[in-house]
Amino acid sequence: MTATAAAAGTAIEAAALGKTYGRRRGPALDDCSFRLPAGRICAVVGPNGAGKSTLLALAAGLARPTAGRLTVLGGAPAAARARLAYVAQEKPLHPQLSIADTLRLGAELNPGRWDAALAQQVVEEGELDLSVHVRALSGGQRTRVALALALGKRAELLLLDEPMADLDPLARHQLMGTLMAQAAEHGTTVVMSSHIVGELADACDHLLLVAGGRVRLGGPIDELVAAHTLVTGRGSAAELAPHTVVESRATGRGTTALIRPAGAIAAGWEAQEPSLEDLLLAHLRSPGAPALLTPEAAPRAESEVPA
Amino acid sequence: MFAYRIDRRSGVATYVQLVQQTKQALRLGLLEPGDKLPTAREVVEATAINPNTVLKAYRELEREGLVEARRGLGTFVTRSLGSAPADSPLRGELSRWTERARAAGLERGDVEALFAAVLEEQFRSEGDSA
Repeated sequence: MTATAAAAGTAIEAAALGKTYGRRRGPALDDCSFRLPAGRICAVVGPNGAGKSTLLALAAGLARPTAGRLTVLGGAPAAARARLAYVAQEKPLHPQLSIADTLRLGAELNPGRWDAALAQQVVEEGELDLSVHVRALSGGQRTRVALALALGKRAELLLLDEPMADLDPLARHQLMGTLMAQAAEHGTTVVMSSHIVGELADACDHLLLVAGGRVRLGGPIDELVAAHTLVTGRGSAAELAPHTVVESRATGRGTTALIRPAGAIAAGWEAQEPSLEDLLLAHLRSPGAPALLTPEAAPRAESEVPA
Repeated sequence: MFAYRIDRRSGVATYVQLVQQTKQALRLGLLEPGDKLPTAREVVEATAINPNTVLKAYRELEREGLVEARRGLGTFVTRSLGSAPADSPLRGELSRWTERARAAGLERGDVEALFAAVLEEQFRSEGDSA
């Protein structure tokens, strides 16, 4: 490993990670291997029930893997708890506490790291009255308070499960802006799950596509998009060999297909760069397509992993 | 402070939008040599885009010699961009050409497509730095 790679560090690394809840159910996560370099803003995208929440809960150290290994900020997830913040999908808070008391709880539980001014600012931007009890807040207001707690912790790693789902467009823009500003200033690694692509496309630079409990795509968004080409032509999908065809569909008398090119594309096919949405939809519609991890998103070989 | 506006439906890459808006501001005199561009933190806080996107746009502007990053101080405009005044001879020529195109039966969409094709042809060598 080079000095630069060492300095950049690894936020999360999973090797053959699996999680099964109960004996009768299929695995929520199955043989997931990937690496997330530190400092990235990573979107965890996938359909409902894909395993996104399980992955975040494992990384937060709130659940134990039933197979494989998971390293967070260089150690076991539980050991990293003081340095990471996790906002669960349900945004659990104490309903009987006021917002002011909730922020005080954040301060008391995180001595030495708590940024009271930032937490206060996040709450105030939502024009929330500090004396109001959490139980009286709307879903979106609760999300804002939960994010204020997570941001106030000044964590190195933010794990946010569907953070924007119940926010109005203004609040969403504001809070995403605050998150990006924190990342710009402190190099925070942010992992956000969503099943809406557009929400995250501008804010994130790294992607993990999870479907059926497996990682289907992993890497910098630019590189993943650049590794694919959308082609349209009069031929059939079979004529696209030796390229890897992720998905193909008949259009008029010809075919349109998303491929991972292996060499030059034959004449007669019109090639276009796909959008991020093209890429995600094609992979979700074709569960059999091979997974793709870019080199830096692939877990290091066992021998390189420090004990 | 100069404010960027991101159009998420334009289909133009976000960093290219930042580059284009900076150039437009230079042409319009909204930014002049010596002016400081907003910091990456300020831009992302206002626009909710990824910090690397801003850095990529600023690198591109620097590569084109329009701005200069001064360590610890920020990014500053180093030169302005000339503009074609509203009554320039070039505008007159374009106006007369458009009249002829219309007289020849071209519709607005045809003219736009033709103009875009010629622009593409003439500026192709600049790639995505336009």
